[in-house]
Parts: sequence; C-alpha cells; structure tokens
Amino acid sequence: MHRKNELSWLVGGAQGSGVDSAANIFAKACAFGGLYVYGQREYYSNIMGEHSYYQVTVSDRPVRSTRSYTDILVSADTETVFLHARDVNPGGAIIYDPKLTETALSKVAALEHRARHDLQRYLSSKNLPETMGGMLQDAQARGVRLYPVPFDELLQKMTGEKAPQLSVAKRMANTMAVAASCALVRYDLKLIERALEDVFQGKKRVIELNLRACELAYEHILKNFAQDFPLVLEPLTVSEPRIYLTGNQATALGKLAAGCTVQTYYPISPATDESVYLEAHQLFERGSGEPGAIVVVQVEDEISAITMATGAALAGARAATSTSGPGFSLMVEALGWAGINEVPVVVTLYSRGSPSTGLPTRHEQGDLRFVLHAGHGEFPRIVIASGDLEECFYDEIRAFNYAEKYQVPVVHLLDKALASSSQTLTVFDPQRCRIDRGQLVSTAGEGYKRFVYTETGISPRSALGTPGGIFWNTGDEHDELGHITEDPVERVRMMEKRAKKLEVAAREIPLSEKLTIFGDPNAEVLLLSWGSPKGAILDALEVLHAEKHSVCFVQCRLLCPLPSDDLAQLLQKAKRRVCIENNYSGQFAGLVREATGIAMDHRIVKFNGRPITMNEVYESVKQILSGKAPRRMVLTHGA
Amino acid sequence: MARKPQDYKTDVHNNWCPGCGDFGILNAVQMALAELDLEPHRVAVFSGIGCSGKTPHYINTYGIHTLHGRVLPYATGAKLANPDLTVIAVGGDGDGLGIGAGHFVNAGRRNVDITYILHNNGVYGLTKGQASPTLKLGIQTKSLPQPNINQGINPLMIALAAGYTFIARSYAYDMKHLVSIIKQAIAHNGSAFIDVLQPCPTYNDINTREWYGGEDRKDPQTGKPLPRVYKLEKQGYDPLITPGMSDAEITAKLNKFIEKALEWGDRIPIGILLKNETVPSYEDRILQRIPFYREMPPAKQTIADELGRPAIDLTKFLEELKVT
Ligand SMILES: Cc1ncc(C[n+]2csc(CCOP(=O)(O)OP(=O)(O)O)c2C)c(N)n1
Ligand code: SF4
Ligand SMILES: [Mg+2]
Repeated sequence: MHRKNELSWLVGGAQGSGVDSAANIFAKACAFGGLYVYGQREYYSNIMGEHSYYQVTVSDRPVRSTRSYTDILVSADTETVFLHARDVNPGGAIIYDPKLTETALSKVAALEHRARHDLQRYLSSKNLPETMGGMLQDAQARGVRLYPVPFDELLQKMTGEKAPQLSVAKRMANTMAVAASCALVRYDLKLIERALEDVFQGKKRVIELNLRACELAYEHILKNFAQDFPLVLEPLTVSEPRIYLTGNQATALGKLAAGCTVQTYYPISPATDESVYLEAHQLFERGSGEPGAIVVVQVEDEISAITMATGAALAGARAATSTSGPGFSLMVEALGWAGINEVPVVVTLYSRGSPSTGLPTRHEQGDLRFVLHAGHGEFPRIVIASGDLEECFYDEIRAFNYAEKYQVPVVHLLDKALASSSQTLTVFDPQRCRIDRGQLVSTAGEGYKRFVYTETGISPRSALGTPGGIFWNTGDEHDELGHITEDPVERVRMMEKRAKKLEVAAREIPLSEKLTIFGDPNAEVLLLSWGSPKGAILDALEVLHAEKHSVCFVQCRLLCPLPSDDLAQLLQKAKRRVCIENNYSGQFAGLVREATGIAMDHRIVKFNGRPITMNEVYESVKQILSGKAPRRMVLTHGA
Repeated sequence: MARKPQDYKTDVHNNWCPGCGDFGILNAVQMALAELDLEPHRVAVFSGIGCSGKTPHYINTYGIHTLHGRVLPYATGAKLANPDLTVIAVGGDGDGLGIGAGHFVNAGRRNVDITYILHNNGVYGLTKGQASPTLKLGIQTKSLPQPNINQGINPLMIALAAGYTFIARSYAYDMKHLVSIIKQAIAHNGSAFIDVLQPCPTYNDINTREWYGGEDRKDPQTGKPLPRVYKLEKQGYDPLITPGMSDAEITAKLNKFIEKALEWGDRIPIGILLKNETVPSYEDRILQRIPFYREMPPAKQTIADELGRPAIDLTKFLEELKVT
C-alpha cells in the first residue's frame, strides 16, 4: 500500500487536552505544504474529559470528506486506541503511549457502556487481554504497525528553561504525537514549526516548548524505527492562494460580504462560533476607504434573536441570526410574523442531532421538513442549503439577496458537519458576487402603501425612518397600508399577493442556483442529495468514475421553492434513483416524491450523529450496482 | 410650524371599549410627540399583542404591531440599526410581564435608548379579562371564576432590579402628568419604563377610575373624594442619580425608591421614581467598540459599490486564513 500524498489521519484524546490544537497543527502543516486538507471535528457536549477526535484527510487533489478508515492513528491516551484502533488500515500505524498498554478496558472512564461491552466481547472473542495492549495486538495481527512514543521520558529530556510544568506537559503529548506522525510520513519538521507559530500565535514560550517537544518526538521515531512506512507526505509548490477555515467562519465571512450589519444570537452548538467570529471581526474597511462594522448582539433567547434581527431589518439593515434546531424551534412564531409582514430577515440554521436537545454536538439533517413548514399557517419563505464551505460563503450572500428581492424570511440551512469541518479552499472572491437589495426605496411619498398590490406581489419597501414611507405592520392580516383587516376579500388578495412572490422567485432564480448536476445525468445510477453529504458523494464519485462506473450526482440547493419540474425531468430519465441524506426517514426523498410523484429506488440514510464518509457512499453505490441493495440502506460508520 | 396632536392621528377606526384607559395613553403619546415636534417619519411605535397592542395603528408614525410579549426585542433591533429613530414601545401587562418577562428584564440590562409604556390594567383585556401578572393575590375581577391565586408582581421593582435607568409611573386619566412623563422618558438617554395605571372598565371592576380617584372614600368635611393616586413631585421626591454621587447617597435614593414603589392601596404614588444618569446607554457602549456607530449605524452603511459588488474589503480577514 505505497501511497504518496494521500492520507487519512486521526487524533483523539480527552476534551480539553489539546486535541483540537494538535489536529490544527497537523492540518495547517499539511496545508502550508500545499496539500489539500479536510478536517472533521467530533466532540461531546462536555467541557473536559470526554473523548473527542479530529479526523484529517490529506491529498494532493482536492478532498471534501472523511474516510471510514484511518492510515495513522495518533493517540496519547487509551480511549483513542480503544475506540479507533479497529478502523486503522492494515499497513497503517498507531502512535501511542507505551506506559498505557496495561490499562484495562474497565479502567477507562470516558467510554460509553455500549462501546465498552462491544470491545469486551470483541477482545474476548479473539482471546486477547481486555487492555489497550490487547487492542494493539489485534491491530498488529491485522498488519498495523505500532509506534510507541514514551511521552514522559522524552519530556524529561527537556531541562532547565525548557522544562514544562506537568499540566502543560500533558497537553503537549498530543502535539508530540502529531510530530511523531509527521516523522512517519517523512514530512518536513519546518512545516510543523510554521504551524505551531500559526496555531499558538504570539505565545512565544508555548511555541518554543512545543517545538522542542516536537523535535524530540520526531527524532524518537527517526532513531528507533526504520524509515519504511509506506505512506509519504511531501510538500508541493502551489501558486494558487488558498485559505483554511471552518464552515462557521465561511458563513460568517459570507455575512460580512453580504453587507449584514446586525447579527443577533443566543449561544448554541454548533452555531455560536459563527457569531463569535463576527464579533471578533466586527470592524472592517470598505473598498471606498469608509469604515464598516457589524453589531453583534448576544440576546436573552432565540425569540429575542429573531425578533431583534427582524426589527433591524425593518430599519433597513441587512440583519441575521444564527442558531440550531432547539433555537429555531423557539423562532417559528416570529418567522411567521416576518412572513406576513414581508420582512427580509435571514436565519442561518445549523441542524444537529435531534429532536429536543438531541445530540447537541453531533451531526444530522433532521430539520428539513421542520424548516419547510415552521410556523403556523401559510406564508412564503425561501430555504437554501449549502453543500460545502465554499457554498456556505457564496450562498449566504444569495440568502440576503433573495430575502430583500422577494421580501421574505430566508433560512440558510446548514448543519454540524459544515459548521465544524475545516477545509483548504481557493480564496473567496467577493467581487464575483452582487448585492441586490430589491425594491428598497430611499424616499417615498404621497399615497405610499407598503403592501400595495402589484403584478409580482412584490411592493416597494421603505425602511423605518424613510421620509414619506410611513407604514404599519401587524401579525394580524392587514390591508395595503398594513392596518388590521378581517375582510374576506382583502384576505384572499393579501394571501395571493404573498404567495405570488414565491412563484416569481421560482421563475427568476437561475437553475444554477437551484441545483447542480455532477456527471452525466443519464448515468446508470443517479444520486440525489442536499447539504453536507455533497463532499462525501463527490469524493466517492471520483473513485467510481475512475473505476468506470456510470454514476451521476444531483445536488439540490434551493429547497423552497423546490425546483420540482427540473427535478422531475432529471429523475424521470434516471435509471436508478438513489437519495442520500443524514436523517432517519429520508425527508428529502419524501419531499421529492410529494412534489414530483417520483419515488426513489433506494434511500440511503444515516442518523447516528456522524457525517457520511466517502467510503460509505462508495460502498453503497457498489452494492446498488450489484443489484443486491435493499431499498432503505442505513449507514452506521463513526465512533 | 409646530405639529399638533392631530398630525399624529390616523383615520383607522378605533375599536377599544368606551372609557378604556388606553384612549388616555394614546392621546398622551400623540400630545407628547406633538409637543416634542417630532417628524412622524422619524418615530416608530412598536407594540405587543392585546388591546394595547393596537395603539400603533392609531398613530401616524411608523407603527409596528408585533407578537405577544416580543415588543422589546423588535423595538431594540430597530433602534440599534438606526439610532436616529425615536422608538417607543407599548404593550399590556400580560404582554410585558407575563409572556414577555424575559425580554423585559434583559432589556433593562442593555439600557437601549427607547421608551417602554406598560398599559397596566391588571387583566388580559383582549382575551376577555383573565388575571394579568400585576393583579394582586386574592382579587377577583369581573370575569375570574375564582379570586386570583397568584401574587401580583410589582413592575417598578422588577424594572429597578433589571437596571432600567428611568422608571416612572403615571395614570391614564391624568393627561397632563402622563404627557409630561412620556416627554421626559423620550428625552432620557437609555431605557425608560413607564408603568401606566390603565383602568379597563370592561374587565377590571376593582381598579377602576372611581377607585383610583377615591370616589369610595369621600372627605367627611368637604365631601370631595380622596384620590388614591398622588404625585411624587409634589412631595419633593427627587429621582435623580448623577455621576459623582457617593455610594451612600445612591443607596439612600434607592431605599426611597423601594419605599415608594411598595406603596399601594390607599396611597399610590405617580411620577418619576428614578432617573439614573450614571449608566451608559447600550448605544454609548457600542460606540466604545464602533467609534463611527452614530454616523454610520447598521442601517446607514453603504454595503455595495456602484456596480452592486460587496463594498467590504475582506482582504485582511482572508489573509488571516491563508495557508498558501
Ligand atoms: C403566543 C400567544 N399566546 C396567546 C395569545 C392570545 N392573547 C392575545 S392578547 C392576550 C393577552 C393580552 O393581555 P395584555 O398583554 O395584558 O394586554 P391588554 O389586552 O390587557 O392590553 C393573549 C393571551 C397570543 N396572541 N399569542
Ligand atoms: S377590554 Fe379593557 S383594555 Fe381592552 S379595550 Fe376594553 S376596556 Fe380597554
Ligand atoms: Mg393587560
């Protein structure tokens, strides 16, 4: 299994022990070396102690998803070995702390009962000791190479000035493990040094300490093991400028580019980081030299979040809020208010494991049906779903344009997988985008009616404070001025006016913003999906195409109004239709059937709180091609 | 040419019950706006849901009738986006202290420069007279099947604890007093809260106009009623807390506030109970972070260039994220 610049790497450890930093150091070191990186962050709803891990896929070609297997498992604790050793590929490696090999499974605190039982059964079925050592023996028997790194001993070599305190040393073990993994693949230590400087920006002593520790771990591998690990990473020279960022950051940048100047939020995973990023980047410059700023308000609850953003939108600011399922549940009454009053407010919704508090830090696409129907009664809304980090950025700008053009609330539906994954991407180019404020008027006058009936249903919109533009809003049904009415004729007209806007939107929004087709739509298998599975599907598609399989992928991005006719056309011609999504019931497949009358031949679903991997897509498609796949396929990979 | 209250009226049919205290509040708002000579398009009146919630429709300024309990965050959003607006929020006692209590408290923490007028009638008017959060324990108003099982809360005390920097009480039928209080509330830089005693002749047959006016307890000598409502300013009550005051002076003021706020029954004080000038408004706090916030608030920034491209220069932020 000799491979260059193609690696699936995983680091794990207790939350609060520096796993994120370690992963960041590795990912950045790879990215600095011109390699493409995709990182998936998995963590518990906990601050300290529970097991978290970070899986990084590295390649010299763009990567967009995680693999089911691991080539190098990087650990400094026992949980990581227990939970992930079985995913390490034969020929791969496990880096571990030899002093922990005797640790018994029963002594490992942060394991779920189910996982402990499974491991017990597994080890005893193989007549292996119920210790970390047992896991390592098992891996070795499968052809995995073992690389013990005595972190404590190595750290003891650091004396005097450079000796860290015990608490610091503990955190440094993860960084050392990273360095050891780089030594395995013969990756340049200089790039780790650069990554350290980047991740621990400005903290000179921390950088020094970590660098020394990394050197020791790196030397330890070179000195004690043959340099024959079959996987190699080699820096590339690239001229293209790239960024490495998370989905939360990409979305926040999209908001800034869109001209969003008010963001409200109530803390909730996995949305919070977006607002925190915005507050940290509150001040900026405009191309004209003028200063600009976004006001970020942390409010008392999500009802306040959406209503305050709506108030700001009424005043003419581009305003948004950002939340997750539980928060959005609280927002629905106000969503309807924005609907009936035609206020352009944007809600960025990162769905996560549900219902209720669900799996607070885990992934799911379970909110689709809810978002499409949230709120009592009928009112127009636009719902878009991005499939990757680049779309998070560009779609956020579209979200505001749609909101203002059609004077509707817009939900930008994202999820945990997008929020906390990170990726190397071509630098965003805001200049490619256009800001369209629709019929926002700067002055109005005699006879102005905020909700005047028009051909398109869209009325000129004045912002609070506009001379001559006085209007009224109410959550009650209203007349053209915005005053309450219960007149049956007026009611019908107003309902039709609002509904018409969505028909216009459906007509005007270009097909390229509604859906994307990858590959030949007449292929043997048509994969249909929406949102974050896109990355795994595209990565799998590359492999399937290389193997000459006839598969195409249709990604739907506009979910409301759903491009039913376009979808129907594609699906009618398709030979085998397969819908892939991260929820239990196959919500999108159901929706499409409702809108087109076309049922899927297979529904691939996953709802264990973990994103779909490239291999899961690949294997499912192979199974479908073999004709042996059930109609409903449930994916389960992930620790 | 100075504006007249008439200029702030709409021709929307008013459907409050005859004699409703809401009329007093509506007229007082219109008179205050006229006396302050505010341009109608620079004023936005927000309301919650209830009988009181209909107020904006009767006022010829921007009028935003929002959701039950949510008037404050809507109003806050508008004010923060465009601080040049004069923002007035009105709502019922159920609206503000029941379903919207969380917002009421948290708005106090922020101290945004808005005026909040509470129509305190002791009942849920629009839903036909159930007990509101201000109705006292054991009181049985007209449509209650049994006496109120909950304690009534004291809006003034909550406002104090929440941090409102202007706290007043007035009476819906004392037009002159109410107009003057509203004007001062609007002029105050920060969140101004006015608890307006608002008789609901239809459902609250206890706290009626006659009761507030003391019709039930005539002076045996003069035969004149002895009103329950009395004016703090006539008693030499001084609500002002200013920068430079010692802690002891401030404590004395707050003690006085509490003493007055707790009065109820035979003597009900109205007037300004607190005007605290030592706490910066939310806008002033934003100004510490965004020096140009006043000139270029969120609603007035140029977000696109003449070709419609995003006006922001993201170079610096993208540079932070660059890896190659
Ligand atoms: C979420 C929600 N729950 C319930 C109602 C029904 N409702 C309408 S008005 C009202 C009570 C209003 O009482 P108050 O706020 O005191 O206003 P008033 O009518 O007395 O002025 C209620 C409960 C509603 N409109 N919205
Ligand atoms: S029910 Fe009471 S509060 Fe409502 S309009 Fe009638 S009198 Fe006024
Ligand atoms: Mg009431």
